[in-house]
Amino acid sequence: MQPELLVAGLGIVALVTYAVLGGADFGGGIWDLFATGPRRDAQRDAIAHAMGPVWEANHVWLIFVIVIIFSAFPAAYAALSIALFVPFHLVLLGIILRGAAFVFRAYSPQSARGAGSGPAGRRWGAVFGTASVITPVLLGMCLGAVSSGGIRVDEGGVSFAGGVPAWLEPLSLFMGALALSLCAYLAAVFLANETDGDLREDFRTRALLAGTAVVALSAILLPLVRRDAPHLWTGLTAGAATPILVPGVIAALLSGWWLRQRRYRLARASAVVQIACLLAGWALAQSPYIIYPGLTLEQAAAPRSTLLFILWTTPAGMALLIPSLWYLFRVFKGEHLALTESARD
Amino acid sequence: MDVLTAARLQMEVSLGFHMFFAALGIGMPLLMLIAEWRWLRTGREHYRDLAKTWGKATALTFAVGAVSGTALAFELGLLWPSFMALAGGVIGPAFALEGYAFFIEAIFLGLYLYGWDRLSPRAHWWTGVPVAVSGMMSGVLVLAANAWMQAPGGFELAADGTLAGSDPLAPFRSPAWLHMALHSTLSCYIATGFAVAGVYAAGMLRGRRNAYHRAALGIALAVGGVTAVLQPLSGDWSAREVAKYQPAKLAAAEAHFETSSHVPLMIGGIPDEDGNVRFALHIPNALSIMVGRSPETVITGLNDFPRDERPPVAITHIAFQIMVAAGFAMIFVALWFGWARWRRRPEDRVLLAMVLAASPLGFIALQAGWIVSEVGRQPWVIYGIMRTSDGVTPQAGVPATLFGFTVLYLFLGVALVALLRGLTHYSGPTATEEDAHAA
Ligand code: HDD
Ligand code: HEM
Ligand code: HEM
Repeated sequence: MQPELLVAGLGIVALVTYAVLGGADFGGGIWDLFATGPRRDAQRDAIAHAMGPVWEANHVWLIFVIVIIFSAFPAAYAALSIALFVPFHLVLLGIILRGAAFVFRAYSPQSARGAGSGPAGRRWGAVFGTASVITPVLLGMCLGAVSSGGIRVDEGGVSFAGGVPAWLEPLSLFMGALALSLCAYLAAVFLANETDGDLREDFRTRALLAGTAVVALSAILLPLVRRDAPHLWTGLTAGAATPILVPGVIAALLSGWWLRQRRYRLARASAVVQIACLLAGWALAQSPYIIYPGLTLEQAAAPRSTLLFILWTTPAGMALLIPSLWYLFRVFKGEHLALTESARD
Repeated sequence: MDVLTAARLQMEVSLGFHMFFAALGIGMPLLMLIAEWRWLRTGREHYRDLAKTWGKATALTFAVGAVSGTALAFELGLLWPSFMALAGGVIGPAFALEGYAFFIEAIFLGLYLYGWDRLSPRAHWWTGVPVAVSGMMSGVLVLAANAWMQAPGGFELAADGTLAGSDPLAPFRSPAWLHMALHSTLSCYIATGFAVAGVYAAGMLRGRRNAYHRAALGIALAVGGVTAVLQPLSGDWSAREVAKYQPAKLAAAEAHFETSSHVPLMIGGIPDEDGNVRFALHIPNALSIMVGRSPETVITGLNDFPRDERPPVAITHIAFQIMVAAGFAMIFVALWFGWARWRRRPEDRVLLAMVLAASPLGFIALQAGWIVSEVGRQPWVIYGIMRTSDGVTPQAGVPATLFGFTVLYLFLGVALVALLRGLTHYSGPTATEEDAHAA
């Protein structure tokens, strides 16, 4: 197999991990912003406790994605940076404000009782929540732009096919909305796993809401893909992606059903499978292009030696990372009761 | 403002901002480990309180360091797409390895911060070790990327100027890497040590002379002071290496125009671009001796380079002077403090005022040193290979993003300082007994 395909595969694994872990973090912020009802503060505390120790590690996956793109596919990185100059800057604004606001709130004065209880804490909380909503939308829009065929890469440089920036086309906008609702869904399912009692019911309701939005948006997106991105449509329905997408759709439906049945662990597991299949299917439908239609993986690839270096160092790096991550999650995500207990005191 | 200027400024603002947090991210974990280790050894509570406070400060600065670092990873492409199209494949390995170091750092920082009640004291201390080590390694690894830009090698270009092949270890084989990594790592400990010391010196000047403050001052200045004393040795090594592979930079840093032997060392002075230097003090032969260990050493001057291959002389020279002056000032304060502790004298107000005055010097020297390295590399982004003006983005919107990022970073910087001040405010109550004892 060509090394660029293997590296691209690695990139997808990193992207899926980011979508699941980072996505749930964004979702946490979304539910923080929309915390309502009598248990509003308890909801916020539960979110802060679930995210506190892990959010930083979760976001390093994005860095891996970026580093893989720029070291293995530098030409694509350059083209994307030019075409998506505006949304990438906005994403950065979102990421910076979100991360900073999250810790600033945690360390604000008068927050000893719980996250964001003082006025300064509340203001940072609002920044955190708002940035958590905007950033995944923008990331989804960027993903849409990459596969819509709206970015043109040729001798003359980088431009937009229709005159309209590709990330503002309907397909991209709906991809943004889908990303948002997926994050909200994931987070609510994860949080339902990590809480109990009424609080758990709160998050279950939220998950069902977000799940409905995911289904509705998918129903709109399908004909849109067919109309605006026929190459992607063919790839999804007739190409190598189909055998992956079908289990993805099944997992999505199962996840919702299990959530209704209050089988939280199963709902969580199938939600993860759903995200993984969706993204992997999208990647397969898109390949061999990294930016359709101007740039294939092969054209964008760095010299072979660099690709091999990335491949060879991955097992060594993972040998360090996986036990460390396992330890982190074991200490803090061991059983949900410990978390809710410490959330109370 | 043209796009190139705006892009340079945005890079400088973003890197300069990131460097504050990177330096703290390298230095703070060491301080916190020393404090916690003292707690484990002596059982005295104020050491644990210190470790906790410093851990919280690390959490705050780490988060801002992480998001500003993420921004940098994007900005390399957003501002310099043609540079990244060529260099991405070569310097990528440095960033890929750095990624693992960050990851380890982020994981263990989570364990350290939230693990106080969940881990045994010993296990807890050990979760801090990977934080300190991988923080340092992040810096060392990412510097390979910068070192390669200073002294590039290990790659081939195709006829059309694209990258045809490269040695994946090219960044690590750059002759600039080792001395830069050493010098820059030391600078992070110096900057952190002196900045932290200043906070506690200020507290003591306001009358909080308790064990907590003395311990904090001692640890911070031990770290900052020892590294400050070593820094001129490492700086001398850097200067001699720079003389080999980037003579124009050294010449600009020293405002040296005519190639010759017996070159004096210039202290201070304001050079212009034509070779006139005003207000400088000359030490005969000193530069030749420093670079080649003999007054006969010939040092290339700027006049040997065509005008369009010279870095801006005034900025480079002045920044260099600031770095060196700040370095020696800190050594002076560190030695004075060491002497006072050695004679077991309580710190008097003059000494504390000196420590307070010296507290920003580490960061000033660090930023100035980076100006020397980066501005002194101009007009090249990859020395001798690609000009900065050829690397910049065709997007016209850079002045706007420059404005936006500057405002954002200023705002975050102010908010962070306010929060950090809050952290030091509630410190020290457990040391009251010691107060009574000392009084
Ligand atoms: C606390 C900070 C600090 C202090 C006290 C010093 N430096 Fe420095 N210097 C840096 C912080 C720094 C830096 C910011 O970390 C740089 C930028 C790039 C690098 O590798 O280190 C640097 C770069 C740098 C360079 C350019 C290296 C290159 O571009 O490859 C030279 C020649 C020196 N330094 C020399 C010195 C000397 C002779 C010092 C004597 C006291 C000194 N520095 C003190
Ligand atoms: C791995 C580390 C680094 C990389 C890859 C890097 C990369 C770059 C790039 C691509 C540019 C733009 C091109 C140019 O103007 O030459 C630049 C410029 C600059 N960087 Fe760095 N840099 C690094 C570290 C730093 C640090 C830590 C600082 C400061 C604290 C810094 C300060 C600057 C400045 C001041 C400029 C503008 C120079 C000018 O245009 O005159 N750099 N750097
Ligand atoms: C262009 C150059 C650079 C890029 C693209 C970059 C990128 C990054 C990224 C993505 C992170 C976040 C990692 C996380 O989430 O944990 C980070 C953090 C960090 N960077 Fe940089 N970096 C650059 C320059 C530097 C330099 C020159 C140094 C040190 C000499 C440095 C030292 C660190 C450290 C120690 C951290 C850990 C976070 C912290 O403690 O605040 N970086 N950097």
